[in-house]
Amino acid sequence: MVTLAHYLTLSAILFSIGVTGVVCRRNTLVIFMSIELMLNAANLTFIAFGRHHGNAAGQTIAFFVIALAAAEIAVGLAIIVAIFKKLGTVDVGDIRFLKG
Amino acid sequence: MENLLFGISVGSLAALIPALPLIGALLNGLIALLCRSGKRDVPKSLVSVIGVTLPVLAFAVACYLFSLAKDPATGFTTQPLWNWISIGDFSASVSFKVDRLSLLMTLVVTGVGSLIHLYSVGYMAHDKGFARYFTYLNLFLFAMLVLILGANLPLLFVGWEGVGICSYLLIGFWFEDPEKAAAGKKAFLVNRIGDLGFLLGMFLIYSTLSAKGLQAPGGLLSFEVLEQYKGDLFLVATPICLLLFVGAMGKSAQIPLYVWLPDAMAGPTPVSALIHAATMVTAGVYMIARMHFLYALSPIAMQVVATVGMSTAFFAALIALTQSDIKKVLAYSTVSQLGYMFFAVGCGAFSAGIFHLMTHAFFKACLFLGSGSVIHALGGEQNIWKMGGLRKRMPITFLTFAASVLAISGIFPFAGFFSKDAILWQGFATGHVVLWAIGFATSGLTAFYMFRLLAAVFLGKPRDEHLYQHAHESPPTMTIPLILLGLLGAVGGWIGFPEALKGSDRFFHWFAPIFAYEEFFAKLEARGHGLELVLTLMTLIWVVHLGLIANVLYSQKIGRMGALAEKFAPVHRLLSNKFYVDEIYNFLFVKPILLVSEKVLWKFADQKVVDSLMVEGTAETVGLLGRTFAMLQTGMIQTYVLLFAVGAIVFIGYFVL
Repeated sequence: MVTLAHYLTLSAILFSIGVTGVVCRRNTLVIFMSIELMLNAANLTFIAFGRHHGNAAGQTIAFFVIALAAAEIAVGLAIIVAIFKKLGTVDVGDIRFLKG
Repeated sequence: MENLLFGISVGSLAALIPALPLIGALLNGLIALLCRSGKRDVPKSLVSVIGVTLPVLAFAVACYLFSLAKDPATGFTTQPLWNWISIGDFSASVSFKVDRLSLLMTLVVTGVGSLIHLYSVGYMAHDKGFARYFTYLNLFLFAMLVLILGANLPLLFVGWEGVGICSYLLIGFWFEDPEKAAAGKKAFLVNRIGDLGFLLGMFLIYSTLSAKGLQAPGGLLSFEVLEQYKGDLFLVATPICLLLFVGAMGKSAQIPLYVWLPDAMAGPTPVSALIHAATMVTAGVYMIARMHFLYALSPIAMQVVATVGMSTAFFAALIALTQSDIKKVLAYSTVSQLGYMFFAVGCGAFSAGIFHLMTHAFFKACLFLGSGSVIHALGGEQNIWKMGGLRKRMPITFLTFAASVLAISGIFPFAGFFSKDAILWQGFATGHVVLWAIGFATSGLTAFYMFRLLAAVFLGKPRDEHLYQHAHESPPTMTIPLILLGLLGAVGGWIGFPEALKGSDRFFHWFAPIFAYEEFFAKLEARGHGLELVLTLMTLIWVVHLGLIANVLYSQKIGRMGALAEKFAPVHRLLSNKFYVDEIYNFLFVKPILLVSEKVLWKFADQKVVDSLMVEGTAETVGLLGRTFAMLQTGMIQTYVLLFAVGAIVFIGYFVL
């Protein structure tokens, strides 16, 4: 049987992978992809619980999250493009405007 | 008791006396401020009028007050002008003690003071600090009068400190010369050491009396209260008297705190006359006379006072024998005569001490003013070996100087004879025979060095023709005070004509009610007039003899004196270098203190501890902490994300676990 626990575990694993990606990868776009992964993991959790409680609440929230993610990516990519125009690179290690 | 005469109470008159010179000081001070640094020309006539008439007015008021208040002898304390200090149990008010002692002192101070103010008009006429000078001089007179008239010890101490400060300002009057400024500083510092003793004495009195739970409306340190409670002070009388005497040692230049007085000759000569001959240095003697009831309780303290006094008298006379600066001779002479006064009060002869104080004020002031006249005439020369034969060019100065020399040597019938005779006789009669013998010897020395001075300056042949041609008699503003003081030095002693010489000894009897002299009278009467006459005659012959020898030696055989000095060179060097006391003090006290100040306090404590360790250290530490925390701000997003994630895990973990 595929229980709630399985879904939650999968979600947790996906979330951890996303966190690792954000912390350890140097390419900004890969970091954004990891953020997406984290959001999707959260979505999975919501839907699992929604199915568990037997109502549509979980799926509704997932809709919101998807829309939010899209907006966030749009803004984020705009910032990346601006930084790329300044620095010529998307390596996150090179962005040190706030050092010190 | 408040007498109302012409609607002015006696208390207000007493308050008026110090107030008049104070007004003079304030007005002249204002003028000095407005004219400073040559902004405007100093209005010399205005300053002179303010500076001289106010002390003269004070003298007039003092005379009037004298006529009103000389009976009863013990006088009274005026109503307080205002309540000065009131802290818990300790209180002191500003009120004045008007009795025969303070009245006499006031007359002397304002009288001689006014004459010196008048003299200064002529002497300082070409000085650009004219207004400043008169400000300080009037301020000094104010402080001295507060000292004399104060009815309690704290107020006396205010005057005490005030004259100290004015002395500093006036000695260092020409402060652009570093030596003169240093002399002023030395006077103040040495005085301060004495003041410490004085303060400790006051504290001891107060703590003893208040520990016994005594109360008094005018404050526990007022003289009337102290005299009333003197029995309670019996056990601590000796320490108190000795501590107060330390103060007197500083103010009145006794061993070991006399070293400032010869240096103080750096100030203008009228200042030396006023402060260091007639008034300030006598404050110590006055203080002991004021506290006579306490000293009478402590024979040990009295003996110490008498011994120190006579030792100082002898010591200073020895030094005066070899000095070549006209003012230094007079300075050491002052120290010596003050020693006589302390000897007198130390023997219980309080009125004799005050008598000598008065006559000394007359003749010493005259001597100093006379020397000022000579210095002024010779364009600033003070070395007696460059003078000589001035009697023809400066007759008035010569005559008054000679009269004062006769007075100080104690030659009948001049003033010094009576006062010195009173001191020596009363000292002998109370049993101080050894000290009397030293006093006898010292009076001979005094006659010798004074006649030496007279002869070297005025008699014989002039040793510097150029200076001699330059010499001229001084203007009337300077000669009138000289004449008046010379006359006082001649006849001023007659009010103390001793009974042994068929006089009425009015001075002694006048003060007798204050000093409560029963035991003392008895001792003197027991000795009898015969012995007194013998001793007096002996002393007179001795001083006349030595005076004549000195006169002849220094007016006619002056070359031989030079040879004599070379023959006894080591002794001569010892004396003319003032027994190297200044050098000894320098080695024992001044250098170690300067060394400690520089090496320990400055280099180490200030530079290393405060500056490096504490101030810069704090700054360095703050910087270090700052740099440490700044390491968190790498600017790399991933660091921040990591910290964020770790924080989130910890937070959630806390709630889960």
